[in-house]
Amino acid sequence: MENFEPVIVAFCCHYCAYTAADMAGSQRLTYPANVKIIRVPCSGKVDALHIVKAFEKGADGVYVAGCLEGDCHFKNGNVRAARRVESVRKYLEEIGLEGERLEMVTMSAGMGYRFAQVATEMTEKIRKMGPSPIHLALAGGASEARKAANI
Amino acid sequence: MEYIKPFKRILLVGCNECVTVCAAGGRKEVGLLASGLHMAVLKSGATIEIREHTLERQCDPEYVEELVPMIDGVEAVMSMACGCGVQEIARRFKNKPVFPALNTKFMGASERQGVWSERCQGCGDCLLGMTGGICPIARCAKQLMNGPCGGSTGGHCEIGEDTDCAWALIWERLKALGQIERYVEITPAKDWRPGGGSGPRKIIREDLAE
Repeated sequence: MENFEPVIVAFCCHYCAYTAADMAGSQRLTYPANVKIIRVPCSGKVDALHIVKAFEKGADGVYVAGCLEGDCHFKNGNVRAARRVESVRKYLEEIGLEGERLEMVTMSAGMGYRFAQVATEMTEKIRKMGPSPIHLALAGGASEARKAANI
Repeated sequence: MEYIKPFKRILLVGCNECVTVCAAGGRKEVGLLASGLHMAVLKSGATIEIREHTLERQCDPEYVEELVPMIDGVEAVMSMACGCGVQEIARRFKNKPVFPALNTKFMGASERQGVWSERCQGCGDCLLGMTGGICPIARCAKQLMNGPCGGSTGGHCEIGEDTDCAWALIWERLKALGQIERYVEITPAKDWRPGGGSGPRKIIREDLAE
């Protein structure tokens, strides 16, 4: 896969990272268009299934962005999210995907710069790692696989 | 993975009962496993179609019947229920290979969220009334009937610090209940016939059975 442009899914908490993305926009900060943002009411809302499905449909990287520790709007959703991300990483390894393709990050709503920085770093990291084997399998003319995956 | 290797289309069946509450084989776990298996197969260069379905209960024929419209379209079934569910599907669909996706370990209770421990071994002759509601069959490593062994220290079993000595628990509990005379009573050797000693067990309720 030449000129590989990774597809990255970012689950962003409404109370921090999503607002930080907005802030990055107001500040006219640029960040890679590879990052597809999905707004969630809390990072704790992100289920293992959401993450795994993203990879199954061909995402090369996924990150969950929640509030800084101690700042969760719902008390401890971000801590739960971090634990969940840790367990999904192990699950991915079991399947045969690199756990590093999944990250948990934290930021506050005011950190527009950090949002852009995280998006850039994640995109660069995944670009270096190359496409996920699932992305490759789906793209590799495996039309049957695509049909099976309902894409 | 090895089980499903030869197949192109499988049905992954969950169960809404016990395995759902212990987060092992409910609808969510079915989704996760289907996704994971699909990715692992894709990665190996093959393809597979995994259909997902979760039954209300897999151990009752009425519910297993629900699979009838789905079964012809698949080559094999993988069940995320306990062994009872796997066997019920195997019994109902004689010409479909059925594979287990879980290892059922024990009958337990949840100590706190995400932690389960063994509480009952289905011995068919309940002792709990004698032992203050703590089972020495399921919770004593040696299944002793008359007090702890020499390996009990500070309330722990010698097999590990994180295992309570069932007899220490029983003693504390009987003391608190003012029933220490129950502890002193000698319990004779246990009759294991109702505990599986006479082969597979069966219950027939005459008033219900047809």
